[in-house]
This record gives sequence, C-alpha cells and structure tokens, in this order.
Amino acid sequence: MNKKHLKILSASIVVMLLAFTSCVKDLNTVPIDPKVITSANVYKDANAYYGVLAKCYAGLAVSGQQGPAGDPDISGIDEGFSQYLRQYFNAQELPTDEAVIAWNDGTLRNYHEQNWTPSGEFIGAMYNRLYYQISLCNEFIRESSDAKIDSRGITGADKTAVQTYRAEARFLRALSYWHAIDLFGNVPFVDENSEVGSTPPQQITRANLFTYIESELKAIDGSLLTPKSVYGRADQAAAWMLLGKLYLNAKVYTGTDRYTDCITYMKKVIAANKYSLTTNYANVFKADNNTSNEIIFPINFDGIHTQTYGGTTYLINAEVGGSMIPGDFGLKGQWAGLRVTSAYVDKFSDITGATDKRAMFYTSGQNKAIVDVFSFTDGYAITKWTNKTSTGANGSDLTYTDTDFPVFRLADAYLMYAEAVVRGGTGGSQTDALTYVNLIRERAYGNTSGDLAAYGDITLQFLLDENAREFLWECHRRTDLIRFQSFSKSTYLWPWKGAVAAGKSLDDYHMDLFPIPSTDINANPNLTQNLGY
Amino acid sequence: MKKRLLSMLSLLFLGILLAGAINAQGTRITGKVTDAADGSALIGVTIQEKGTSNGTLTDGSGNFALTVSTSATLIVSYVGYTTQEIPVNNRTSFNVSLAIGALNLNEVVVIGYGTVAKKDVTGSISAVSEREFNKGSVSSPQALITGKIPGVTVVSAGGDPSAATTIRIRGGSSMSASNDPLIVIDGVPIDNRSVSGMPNALNLLNSNDIESFTVLKDASATAIYGSRASNGVILITTKKGLLNKALKVTYDGSVSFGTKTGQIDVLNTQEFIKAVINKYGAASAAGKLLTFDNTNWQDKVYQTAISNDHNLSFSGSFKTIPFRASVGFTDQSGLLKTSGLDRVTGSLNVNPSFFNNSLTVTINSKFMHINNRFANWGAIGSAMAFDPTKPVYSGSDLYGGYWTWEQTPGGLPVTIATSNPVSQLYQRNDKSGVNRVLGNVQLDYKVPFIPELKATLNLGGDFSKSVGHVDVPEIAAWSFDAANGGGTKSYYDQHLKNELLDFYLNYKKDLPSINSRIDATAGYEWQYFYRNDSTYSSNVAGTHNIYNPLHSATEDYLVSFFGRVNYVLAEKYMLTATFRADGSSRFATGNKWGMFPSLAFAWDMKQEGFLKNASAVSVLKLRLGYGITGQQDIISGTATTLVDYPYLPIYAYGQSTAQYQFGNTFITTIRPAGYDKNIKWEQTTTYNVGLDFGFLNNKITGTIDVYDRPTKDMINIIPPAAGTNLTNQIITNIGNMVNKGVEFSLNYRAIQKQDIDWTIGLNATFNHNEITKLTSSNDPSYRGVVTGGIAGGVGNYIEINSVGYASRSFYVYEQVYDADGKPIEGLYVDRNGDGKFSDLDKYRAGSPDAKVLAGISSTLRYKNLDFSFSGRLSLGNLVYNNMSSNYGSYSEIYRSVGFLANLNRSVLKTNFANPQYWSDYYLEDGSFFKMDNMTLGYNVRKLFNEKSNMRIYGSVQNLFTITRYTGLDPEIYGGIDNNIYPRPRTFMLGVNVEF
Repeated sequence: MNKKHLKILSASIVVMLLAFTSCVKDLNTVPIDPKVITSANVYKDANAYYGVLAKCYAGLAVSGQQGPAGDPDISGIDEGFSQYLRQYFNAQELPTDEAVIAWNDGTLRNYHEQNWTPSGEFIGAMYNRLYYQISLCNEFIRESSDAKIDSRGITGADKTAVQTYRAEARFLRALSYWHAIDLFGNVPFVDENSEVGSTPPQQITRANLFTYIESELKAIDGSLLTPKSVYGRADQAAAWMLLGKLYLNAKVYTGTDRYTDCITYMKKVIAANKYSLTTNYANVFKADNNTSNEIIFPINFDGIHTQTYGGTTYLINAEVGGSMIPGDFGLKGQWAGLRVTSAYVDKFSDITGATDKRAMFYTSGQNKAIVDVFSFTDGYAITKWTNKTSTGANGSDLTYTDTDFPVFRLADAYLMYAEAVVRGGTGGSQTDALTYVNLIRERAYGNTSGDLAAYGDITLQFLLDENAREFLWECHRRTDLIRFQSFSKSTYLWPWKGAVAAGKSLDDYHMDLFPIPSTDINANPNLTQNLGY
Repeated sequence: MKKRLLSMLSLLFLGILLAGAINAQGTRITGKVTDAADGSALIGVTIQEKGTSNGTLTDGSGNFALTVSTSATLIVSYVGYTTQEIPVNNRTSFNVSLAIGALNLNEVVVIGYGTVAKKDVTGSISAVSEREFNKGSVSSPQALITGKIPGVTVVSAGGDPSAATTIRIRGGSSMSASNDPLIVIDGVPIDNRSVSGMPNALNLLNSNDIESFTVLKDASATAIYGSRASNGVILITTKKGLLNKALKVTYDGSVSFGTKTGQIDVLNTQEFIKAVINKYGAASAAGKLLTFDNTNWQDKVYQTAISNDHNLSFSGSFKTIPFRASVGFTDQSGLLKTSGLDRVTGSLNVNPSFFNNSLTVTINSKFMHINNRFANWGAIGSAMAFDPTKPVYSGSDLYGGYWTWEQTPGGLPVTIATSNPVSQLYQRNDKSGVNRVLGNVQLDYKVPFIPELKATLNLGGDFSKSVGHVDVPEIAAWSFDAANGGGTKSYYDQHLKNELLDFYLNYKKDLPSINSRIDATAGYEWQYFYRNDSTYSSNVAGTHNIYNPLHSATEDYLVSFFGRVNYVLAEKYMLTATFRADGSSRFATGNKWGMFPSLAFAWDMKQEGFLKNASAVSVLKLRLGYGITGQQDIISGTATTLVDYPYLPIYAYGQSTAQYQFGNTFITTIRPAGYDKNIKWEQTTTYNVGLDFGFLNNKITGTIDVYDRPTKDMINIIPPAAGTNLTNQIITNIGNMVNKGVEFSLNYRAIQKQDIDWTIGLNATFNHNEITKLTSSNDPSYRGVVTGGIAGGVGNYIEINSVGYASRSFYVYEQVYDADGKPIEGLYVDRNGDGKFSDLDKYRAGSPDAKVLAGISSTLRYKNLDFSFSGRLSLGNLVYNNMSSNYGSYSEIYRSVGFLANLNRSVLKTNFANPQYWSDYYLEDGSFFKMDNMTLGYNVRKLFNEKSNMRIYGSVQNLFTITRYTGLDPEIYGGIDNNIYPRPRTFMLGVNVEF
C-alpha cells in the first residue's frame, strides 16, 4: 500500500465518520403532521385550552376523535359500545325493572340477569370509561394550574377563562367519581398529581371518596359560571345538583345520611330561578330539547357535529323496533333493542298516556309479558326518546340524533327536595315538597287531577314509583332502587331479574356494587375486590 | 442530511475508483459442457467467473464462449449436478463434464449483505429457486413457496386475487408488534406496513422475474438484520442478465379458469319455508313475508374466474453490459363477481463491470401499476343469509331494481335487514390504482491495493402512490337516506417512500498457515420511511356525513451498524459471529439503540476422518446457533402517529364529526393520547440446533432443526392500572412468549437417469406457542385479553390471550349434549364448579394454529414429459365456524322489524332457538390435506432452431381438500370462518417459449 492510497483511505474514513454522525441525528424526529402536537407546545395557545376542555366534555358524548367511530378513546370493546353514556345507561337501566335488551352481545345479558362477574367486558368498559374520563380531566387540570399558565404567559381575560375551564374539568372529574362511587364503591384514586405512566394508584374507601367529591364541588363553586350562562357548560347549578345527588345517596355511600345538605343545595337550584318545567313533558326528550328551560346540565349531541353510536343515538335507535315506523322517530332505521318489563308498565294505571302523559308505551304487536328476552316484540316498547323536534321535523341526520341527554333537570331537583324532606332532612318545608311534587304531576297529567292531596301521600313507595315514571331511561333507576333497598333484595322482583321469567334474587347486597374488573385487579396490586365477588 | 451523505459517499467511491483504476485485461475462452454419464451435451449450464456477475449459459449444443480475466476461476453449475470450479490458468478452451447426483456443495446462498458458500452455512437457511416454485400462481409471489419450506406458513386471506397473504416463520414471536417477516428484495428491505389499495405488497413482483427465495430462520442467520429480524427474513432475488450471452427472449403465457369448490350449507327453499311456518305459522307476520321464488343466492354472487397472464423477457448483453428486461401483463378476475385486478409489471436489471471487473454496478428496477376492483365481501355472508324465496330483481326501479326488505311495501328499506347480495356487489364500486417503483443501485468494488477487500454501496428506494375510491349510488338500499341524500362518495390517496443507503466492507482471506479462512463484513445502513395519507368521505351529493379530509403524514428512521465474521478452520469447523446495533426514531433518547448479537457454530462431520471415506454418508453437518433479534414494528390498528411516536405525549385534533357544542358553537376537540415514555425494543432470543445430512451419494438429503425462541419485553397492548394513563390499553414492553419447534425436510432423488428422473420432497414442522407472561402482576383470577372478533351481535370475541396458553386460544363454553348427541341449548359444563353459569365457565379450547404442518411435493420427468404435484397437510388447527354460529339459530330467521333470513343447516342438528356464539359446538377440527397443485408439462426442444425451446403445461390448483371441517375451507389464518372469500379451484393452461 503506497502513501497515496493511504491518504485516500484515511480521508475516506474521516468523511464516512462525519456522514454517520449526521445520520444518527436523523433518529431525533418530531411529528411532521401539523395536526399532531405534543404537550410541550399545545398549551402555548390560549385557545387550545378550550379545545382540550371540549374533549373533556366530549368524553361523555363521543367515543373517539373521528365520529361516529374511529380513533377510539378506549379499546377492548366495540367502539360504539364504549361510549360513556351508552355504558352508563346499560349499567344503570338494564339491571332494573326499566329495561331489557334484545341483543345477545357478549356478557350484556348478565346485566339484566344480575349474574355479572369481574371479567364481564361491559362492566370493564364502564369502569375504563370512568377512568379514561378522570385521567383526561386530570391531564387538563394538571396543565391549567395557575403556575403553568403563568409560565406560558397567559394573562388577563385568557387567564380568567382558563381558570373557569379548570373548575369545569374538576366538575367533570367529580361527576365521574360520583359514577365510580355509585357503581364500584371503593376505587383507585388518582388526581392531577398522578403523572401519566405513574405507579398503580391506591384504593380509596367509599367514605373518603365521598369527602373528596364533596370538597371538590364546594371548592369550585366560586370559579364556575353562574347558572344558565352557556348551554352545555357545567355551571354552579350543575355542581349543586351533583352535590344534591351525593347527599341524597350519602347513606348508601358512607352509612351517614345527609338529607339536610341535599335540601340546602336543591333550594339553591330552585332559588336560582333560572329554570322552569317544560310544559310538554315529551318535548324534554326531542331533537330540539336544547331549547328546554328545564335542563340544568345536558350531554350535547348533534347529528352532524357530534356523531356517535352511543348517547341518544343509541337510546333512540335501540328503542325503535317491531312495527314501529323509524320515520316517526326521525330515523331511517331501527336497532330493535330496548323494552320495559311488565313491572314497569304496572306503575301506570292507564298505559295509553291519556291520563299520565309519561306513559309513552308502544304496544301494537308487542306482548306485555316477556317470554323471550331476545325477541323485541316481548315487552312493551317505549316512544319517549325521539329524533323529531317539538314541531315534528326530523333531526339533522336520520341515524345520529340531535337530542341532548339531560343529566340534571329541574324535575329532578323537585323530587330530590321532596324525598330529602320525607326522609327527615331539615331546612325544607313539607308544603314546598308537596308543591314541587304536584308541579311534576300537573305537567304529567295536563291538569290537577293527578295531584297528591296531602304531604302525607308522599310515601317512600310513591317516590320510588314517581321517579320511575318521571325518569324512565334517564340513568337513574339502579341508584334509586339501591337507595330504596329494592335492587338486589327479594323485596322487589321483576321479570327476568336473576334470569328467570318470574324474577328471583340472590338476596345479597353485594350486588349493589359492581365488581372491580379483573383487568384492573390484575394490573393494580393495590386493589381489593368488592365483597362477595 | 441524506443528500449530504450521498454525495460524501459518492466522493469516497470515486476516490477508491481513481486509486485503483488499472488497465483491464481479458481473454476469450470457449468450451463445451457434457454429462459425465453419457457424454451428451448439457444445455443451459451456468458458466460464471468467480466473484463477478460475468457469466453465460451453454447453448443447445452445450457450447459456451466468455471473456474473462486470465487469472479467473470458472464456476460451472447446473441444477442437479455437482458444481465445478476450474481455474483458467491462461487456457482458452475447456471441456467440462458434469456428474449427476452430488449435492451442490459450492452453491452460493444469499444471506444478508452478501453471500456464503452453502457448505459454510452455519444458520438455518432455506432456499427455494425457480425450478422448485409452485406453478400457476399468477399474481401472488408468496404462493410460489407455499408448503415448500418447513417452518414457513403462507396463508392467503381467501381467494380474492387482491387478497393479502400472511407469512409466518416459526410462528409469531410477538403479540402487538408485527409478526410479518422482513422481506428484502434485491437488497432493499421493504416496509412491512401495508400499502393502501394494494393488500398484497408483493403484487409488486412479477413471479416470472423471481429467481429465488431465501428464508433466514434462526437468529444466527437473521441477526444481521437486527431490529426487524425477529420474525425471520425472506430474501428475494430477481433474475439478472449474463455477460456475453446472446439475446434470449422468453415468453410465458397462461390462461386459467377458477371455479368454486362448493358452497356453504344453508336451508333449501322448502326447508326454509317449513322452518318459518313451523315457528310462526303461515298467517303470522313472519309467514306473510314468504313469497314463492326459489333463488340460490350463492350461485348469484359467484362466477367463473378467468385470468390471463403474459410475460415477455429479454436477457443478454448489450456490448459488455449484461441486462435483463421484462414486461408482464396480468388480467385476473375473481370468483366473487366484480372482483378482479389488472396489472402491468416491468423490470430492468443491468449489471456491467468496469476496470477489469473490479467494479460491478448492479441496477435493479421494478415498476408496477395495478388496478384493483375490490368486491364487497359482505355479499358472501348475505348470499348465505338472504331469504331464498325472494328474487334478485324486484321488477320496480326502486333501489336500483334490486329486491329489498322494505319497512312498508314500496317504502324505506329496513336498515338492519340482510342486504341483497347482488346489489352489494354491483352497487358498490371500490377501486384502487397503485403505482409502485422499487429500485436499487449497488456498487461492488474490489479494492485493488487490498485484493481481499470489497466495498459495497447500495442505494435503494421503494416509492408508491395509491389512489382509490368507493362509490355507492344514492339509490342503494343499504345506504339510502331520504332526508339528506344517501350513498357514499369516498376517496383516498397515499404516498409512501422508503429510502435506503447501505455501505459495507467485506474482507475475505485464506490463511493457509493456520488452515483457516476468514470472511468478515462490517457496514452501516440508513433507512427512511415516510407515509402520507389522505381520505375523504361523504354522501353522493357531498352534503352530508362529511368526514372531512383526513390528512396525515408521518416518518421514521432506522440507522444501523453491523458486522459479521465467518471463520472456517480446517474446512470442518465454522464459526459465525454477527452483531448489529439498530437505532430507531420510534423510541425516546436512551431507548433508541438496540444491540443484537448472534453466534453460530457448525461442524462438518463429513470432513472428519471417521466419515471421510464412508460412502453411505455424503453430508453430515451439525449446526448450533444462538442470537438475539429485535422488533420495533408496532402493528397498525393504532393511529399512525402512535406507531411512530409511542413515547411522546401527543395531542391530536378531532374530526368535525366529533366536536362538542358549547352554546351555539361546535368546538373541535383536542385529545391527549396515552403513551409510554419508556417503550423500547422487543427482544427475541433464538436457540437453534440443526443437522444437515445426505446419504447414498446425496440420493437422500435433508435437514432437521430444533429451536426454542423466547420473546421478552414484548411490545404488547395491555391494560395499565386504571387512572395511570390516558388510555385503557397501552402499548408497552410487557410479557413473554415462547415458540418451540422442530422442523424437518427430506429430499429423495428416487430415480436419476438420462431419460427419467423422479424426486420427492417432504417437509414437516411442529411448533408450540405459549404465552408465559402477559402483565406485570399475575392475578390468578385474571383471564387475559380477549381477541378474535366474530360476526353475530356486536363486539363479540371468541379468542383470548392468556398466560400458559397459546396466543389467540379459543375461549368458549363446553357444550352439554343429550343422550342422542344433540347439543342442549344454553347448557354448558360448569367448568369452574361454582354451581352457576357465568362467563367464568369459559375455557381455552385450543389454538387456530396447526400443531403439525407438512408439505409434500414430487416431480417426475420422463423424456420431454414432466409431472409434478405439491400438497400440504395441516393437523390440529381449530376453526370456529362463524358462518354456522351466526346463522345457526331459529331466532335469526325472522325479525319483528320485518325481514326473514336463511339459516345455516347446522340448525337442523342443533335446533337452537337463540344464537349460542360461545358454544364449543362451533369449534371444529380444521385439520386438512390439500392438493395445492398438480402440473403436467411437455417440452418441445429445438422448436425453431437449436436454441429455442417450448414448454406447454396444464395445471390445477386447489385440486382437492380432505377434511372433516363442515364449512367451506378450513384453511383460515386466525381460525375464524366468517365471510371468507372462497378459494377457487383453478385450471390453467400455459406455455413458455424461449428463443
């Protein structure tokens, strides 16, 4: 090898080393898609907080980023099934006298048969949806602290707005924790201090979680918008309603009753004087119910902008079947799923709707008694939810509905007030309780013929039944039955409870709580399964 | 950066070139090759100058002529004959006689970044060359090797000519990362991710252009590909031209007819009517829906699939530039009406040598344009389920004239009713067009001042552009929307780029003083992947259901350094050590680099004194290998950005259809995605013991390999502890899995005579797959992650991944039968013994993967006539008969919203009133033997002149299947029989002309 060769060779090696070094730097990439941003830069823009907050709300309404399906928030179950409200409806309604479903999907039937297990995928999906929502809110709350927004130079009106958004995210987290305390009891606890990818969280007792939700809702009261500021956004009245729910069920959650506190907050809602009962009961469940003056906090849906296979799209499509004409509901098809048991039908003395307009049954071609749960024509169908507007026009789409879901509405405040009074809470009055109950009755009957004569007529049994009549398929029923100790016990049976036509019961209170899904028992060694599972 | 590197390397190359440019000196030699047995001329024998691509073939009289350097060594090789190496030693004339029978020991095998003499191979490598290919595969190159290699399974997604094909080497090593092997075409690794509008990525290649497939199976062979080698590597080499060879023109043409092999057993019209009336009564709402046509819907959706294929190739030398050019045209229609493809392929390879053969430039380029028309596979299920008492056409103009279930006569369609299968085919126009170019330029340079050193620079690229659209007219019943205007107008396009730069040095030296040889390679590789997708969808009018242009772009890089040393001592002991360091942009700093070492040892026992003279034993070689390979190909199905940035906290905007309303304003959402900042490479370790043997002068040859492949830190989608991440299923490194198996192949040359020869090939594979760890803790009550979605209901699954079982084990209830052997509806064995029926009674019933796979092939040649067949045996694979379970209960026959549906005949046996999706009644033994191919050919020699040859042949593919499976075809990747496009039985006539 002569000198010339050596020179060329060494020069070549130097060139190569330089080239390799620069190429190794290629490995440090950042996303090139302008629509994809990272937490490092997204929050520099004050508007982005509104978009992330919108996602916290949308977590209740859509199942992913694409709508109606695609790019889902949670997986392991069909995306349509995974939607928050659809899961919550199934968990709150299917195990009760208010609903059976004709679909033999996975362990769905276990809900009504009350033989669920920790490995059931629907219970798993409900739980995952709750913790997805909680984690989503935690991320926003973490990223919108005063320290962080100050460090990003967000000031003035922008800063005030972000502070309000943050309070709303705390409300949404409290709402999901309320669902968690109600459905699962002792659950893992995470807040904004739990970073993404952190170690498995500790389990919190039901009583401590109660205290946490209560303190959160009280803490944000001053930061939230005043009642009825912007439709769709959680305001002070929404937080009061949630506190009321917590207090009304406090005995179930903590063993200590808090009826007086319930009355306090229901009085605040009513005294805000921003809400009134919609004259026509049916209009509260129609495609233009955003105009209803009764709704305190809705989950918003829209046939064009907020598409999902869950939410009211599920409720309305699944409600229609048999000889019902989809076009009558602003739909082009029908999913033929949901009906009620005869036990529910019997809450009405006149099922035609001529007396109590809340009796919205569809009976043509339907059998009142259920022989086959999987046959849509067994069990009366329901016409309450619709994608028609109050003027009879169709919603903006014939599959994805416009109808909003009222999470809290004034009628609820009235009945909660009455129940808290009847159950011995103080600070309210028997007169008001009777007045409020009769306001609901008069709307339902269209006149005073259904009025209760005296306060003494407001019995607990009346309240349980009146809640069923007023709030059918509004995700109240399981919680109500448990509060009245009628859910898992033999004191109240309905068809196909316990998987037999006449209804039977395990007669064991452990069914009042769903089991922690086995996926999380396995993933989180800190968890202890609920008793009885 | 890439450009800078390129120019630097070009400079470097130029430098070396200039340094070593010396005068080239060649000499022209001539000769003749004859058969040692009878002295007859051998036609088509390869004469190659060792270490170059310079070479030629003998002509019709066995003669050849070639210009070579005076110090060259000739390699004379012919399939089935012993290869000889002959030093030129200044001679100009050669008479070579080749002997039949001995194994081709000097045969060169392609391995990563180079080649190795077959006798020096230490790893588990299987090569299949053109002669052994399955005949009659028109557009799917994978089918060329189906059943040919132990440990390699090739399963098409069905009979659709456009269908994707799944290749698995020694089972899947991963759960949530890709299980596809790395495919390297002429030195260019192909991106495993699918190309839009082109489900089968290898459609790119024209089968007629392929010279060989080499499959690297164990880690000692694959580790040189490091990060993407865990699932094995398939090296595809295409044909090249040879220097100084007269122009050879080859035409291959074929025409084929595919017919269906059977149909799914449904109730016939009489049985159907009877079933409706028995259950509901003639006067019922259901009974009134019956009419009096008699339609066999399965006849209405299938057709005879006619295909034709034409290929023309030219190979030879233009002056001193060897070249091969080919053009191919394929027009293939599918068995399911409306499906089909047409494809044009072109390839051009030139490989000239310069500077006295010290520089060889190889340019490979391939071009393809394919037009696919995808049929709506939904029609397969609908054809099974559609009411046989209905006609195809309604006689009215409504819904395009197709008979449709209507809410009221003449009214709106029942949206959940079965769609008219014929309308599903003809009212959905789903087409794609893809252009793809794959090419590389490789420079091999023998460094003049260090003769043992060779430098190689390889620049490659793979570019594709896809466009596709799906159109459904407004009048299509299943897409009808009276209020807003229905139908579908959707569009997608995709642009993919994959760029490659390799630079490596190879040093080969004989060290006679210590009776050794050494062959060392060290190099660098840089790869860049880019993809850009756009989609749009709306109703036909463009006014509704607008899924606004979804546009995404993403990229990733791989940078690698690799080295390999082959050391041979006394021609008996061989050691191979490889090492590769791979850097991936998909992981965070600190986790980017993965190190993949391997070590293999081989002992050629035949060279030992005790065997040297044992005439019965011609080959006996023991191989031991160990190595670690990696994986970074996170499967699609997750959003693209998550695949490329699983470690970053990504926020993404939602679509306009997933907004949220505040007041009167709809706000576009911004969602943070879950991520694992610590995600890193998945690692698979392979231990391999192999034995190569040949007996009776290689009349019997074969290989046995035993392997154990544990994978750890699997890239796996698992549920994180609730509340700890922004998702309920995170991609992370968790879990272990193992694949263990034995592979065996045997080749028997039963007869090897002048006029007749007969060979039989057998291969068999036993693989055992087991998940050994799935999550961070192992709670005994945790069952695992369900998978394997089925038809029937929504979101139902039939398989599960659980610790202690094979991945994707069927997860079902054990059916209880009555005394007559009829299943009792809804009654299952209480497997967990808790006295009640719940989902905890499900059990893992077995795996969809076969326990034993075997292939048999044989070729018999008598004078100008040849006959061959190949078949496959699969034992122990379970199939879930979803066609039967979904339509196997009387409840499906009528829905109160107003429609009827036909049932699978299994209902006559089970009498089920409601679907029993999870009954193991529907789990069947899918073991089968398939005669994949049978071919009869005739050679016409000296057709026009000495050089010209013609071969005509007829073949049948998918001739017959022997199985106990009650569905149509038990060969289903994943084991769930639902809407599988039936594989046709195809009759083919072909001709091959050379002149």
